[in-house]
Amino acid sequence: MDAALIPEGAKRCSFPKFMLGIAIVGAVLLWGVYAMLLCWFKGLNQTNMNDYYGFALWIWADLAVIAVGGGAFFTGLLKYIFKIDELKNIINFAVIIGFICYSSALLILAIDIGQPLRGWFIFWHANVHSMLTEVAFCLSCYFAVLTIEFIPNILENRQLNKVPFFHHLAHNMHGVMAIFAATGAFLSFFHQGSLGGVAGVMYGRPFAFREGLLIWPWSFFLFTWSAAAFGPCFTLLVTRITEAVTGKKLVKDNVIHLLAKISGWMIFTYMIAKIIDTWYWAYYTAPGLGFELSHFYTSNGFYGYWILVAEVIVCGVIPGLLLINKSTRENPTFRLIAIVLAVIGVCINRWVMVLQIMAVPVMPFDTWALYIPSWQEVATTILPVAYGIILIAVAYRYLPVFPQELELNRRSEVRES
Amino acid sequence: MIHDKKAHKYGMVIDLDKCTGCGTCTVSCMSENNVPFKEDESDKKDSITWMRVYRLTNNKPFPDTEVAFLPRPCQHCGGKGDHGHSPCVSVCPATATDYGYDTGIVSQIYTRCFGCRYCMAACPYHARYFNWWDPVWPEGMEKYLSPNVSPRMRGVVEKCSFCYHRYQLAREKAYASGSDEIPEADYQTACTTACPAGAIVFGDLNNPSHKVHQIVKPDPHPDPLNPDVVGKSRNPKVFRLLERLGTNPKVYYMSEREWVRKLGDHYLDGEWEKVKNVYGSASHE
Amino acid sequence: MFPFIFEWVWDIGHLLFFGGFWYAVGILGAGMTYCIAKAAWDTMNDSGESHH
Ligand code: SF4
Ligand code: SF4
Repeated sequence: MDAALIPEGAKRCSFPKFMLGIAIVGAVLLWGVYAMLLCWFKGLNQTNMNDYYGFALWIWADLAVIAVGGGAFFTGLLKYIFKIDELKNIINFAVIIGFICYSSALLILAIDIGQPLRGWFIFWHANVHSMLTEVAFCLSCYFAVLTIEFIPNILENRQLNKVPFFHHLAHNMHGVMAIFAATGAFLSFFHQGSLGGVAGVMYGRPFAFREGLLIWPWSFFLFTWSAAAFGPCFTLLVTRITEAVTGKKLVKDNVIHLLAKISGWMIFTYMIAKIIDTWYWAYYTAPGLGFELSHFYTSNGFYGYWILVAEVIVCGVIPGLLLINKSTRENPTFRLIAIVLAVIGVCINRWVMVLQIMAVPVMPFDTWALYIPSWQEVATTILPVAYGIILIAVAYRYLPVFPQELELNRRSEVRES
Repeated sequence: MIHDKKAHKYGMVIDLDKCTGCGTCTVSCMSENNVPFKEDESDKKDSITWMRVYRLTNNKPFPDTEVAFLPRPCQHCGGKGDHGHSPCVSVCPATATDYGYDTGIVSQIYTRCFGCRYCMAACPYHARYFNWWDPVWPEGMEKYLSPNVSPRMRGVVEKCSFCYHRYQLAREKAYASGSDEIPEADYQTACTTACPAGAIVFGDLNNPSHKVHQIVKPDPHPDPLNPDVVGKSRNPKVFRLLERLGTNPKVYYMSEREWVRKLGDHYLDGEWEKVKNVYGSASHE
Repeated sequence: MFPFIFEWVWDIGHLLFFGGFWYAVGILGAGMTYCIAKAAWDTMNDSGESHH
């Protein structure tokens, strides 16, 4: 039915089957849209946030998708600036994932603010000393970069590419992509960092506060680093899932191994920095303000030392080691375990840096505050996932996302026909 | 960074030994400032209380149990080193909350705030409140709203303003009478005037003739133990909440009781014994 | 965001921040303008050739 749109030589499932899948995910999407409209029209009383949890599930989701979306800028940096050419086989997909992550982040922010119609104030009346201002500017600009990086791939669609103007446009954009990628890396460095800065500058919150360099707390650098380290893991994970769903090998192993290896070293070095940071904070920063480490991890029903161990050791050091080590990296099972742990690890880190900060009492006579999100918050957080699945499905079906797909699947197709 | 030597620095000192926890300050604040309320105000995590009274206890079993009440308005923090970079002001991305270098008051611009709530996350005193609901008043009550204070809309943050409209009125009055000095009695916050126990003293911390200055005796020099802290009280009975963080509040508290003063901040084991004598009169008088 | 908005100050913070911002926007804008203009030029030249 839509055969004319499908990349030449590629095999795709039948159109009705495709639409059925889209419809199922689409139903979840609509549920999320309904919750979103509730929040917009009835206000944030639809959530379980409160004056202790001004930042809650959404801000966590925001930080998490931006962290895992960091695969786009880092892969782009490696491909276009450090000229690691093999990565051209996964860069399109990394860009699409990044595009999904960043558009989701912007959408969630638009739901999260109390006066969405005034959202532009953050640009217009910008306070340049606020980390959130830096986030807003760099995030929007970087989203523009991702759109620019995504466009050539869209224009390579079989029908669109027949239009001479589009054909030339895609070609020219490829030609200057390195400049866009460099700008993207510059912007990413700042907004990834500023997201860490958001927590690190809050000197009224000893759990969040970090010392640093000039105006940047250490968490600034840790966030950039961790996004570059864990982002590629998410790219690999989604690639793996896509391969499982389509039942096809889409990217050659050498590319996967290379990206996994880079990611592994980044994670490993990041973990060293993170451990030093945590140790310094636990033994100098916090006690200097009168807080024992135990203050942050005891006397409450949820946050214990386990979360620190889970983040730093189980989902940090271990995946780092698994990916550095050649034999475990090249073993599909161990590699999968490592990338899943790594993605969980970075999400725990963002959780801790948003929700645990809100939970810890600061005034000596205050109490721990725990929170459970409302269904509206959960639905609007799942919304981007559904949207992402749909966008990936459509992109995979109609665009030449994986340059190695045909080569890797030629033999089986010959056999089938 | 107070450039103008004549700049005011409004602040208050609350005597916790006088406070009975009656809540009059809270009520007067709500009616003075058109603070919206819900039918059920029992969940203090999502209802708006610019002036909230906390209950403190020494955690000792009967018959040694003691209780104190601590009214907590916005502390109008001067920020690290008292340069005006309050925890909340420095983070607001839209410049919707600002530090008044002429008064030391931290303002909130309701029509500018877009409700990101970063300021709330940054404020360790939970002095900031979000309008989760549209403000609605019981039928007829809107006629009793104060014309001097704009009501807020859903989706923005609000907090204690030290009754800034009263400052404006006092300033106008002084101007009309040809003076550039605002008499102490002309600018008093609603809670101060309402407190039946007279526990709250409000005035200009920079003005030695004001009672608040005389009680607090703020030290204009940075604390030698922590250079971020400026304006520490030289009165051994006076302390500030979470002073060690370097937020430099302009709200001071006073108590004869050591356990109450100790509850003002966090101390590692053994630290209190050392600092309780270093701080206050022993080092300054 | 712009010097004509009242809270703008000509200090180092604003210069660095908005310098970086407008620089990035400038590169993206110039890059896209170049790509689109060149694509239009190439398209016209293509059709010119095909007429021959
Ligand atoms: S008490 Fe909170 S709201 Fe008030 S100035 Fe300090 S940080 Fe800001
Ligand atoms: S909620 Fe309003 S006042 Fe607070 S940081 Fe955001 S814009 Fe500024």
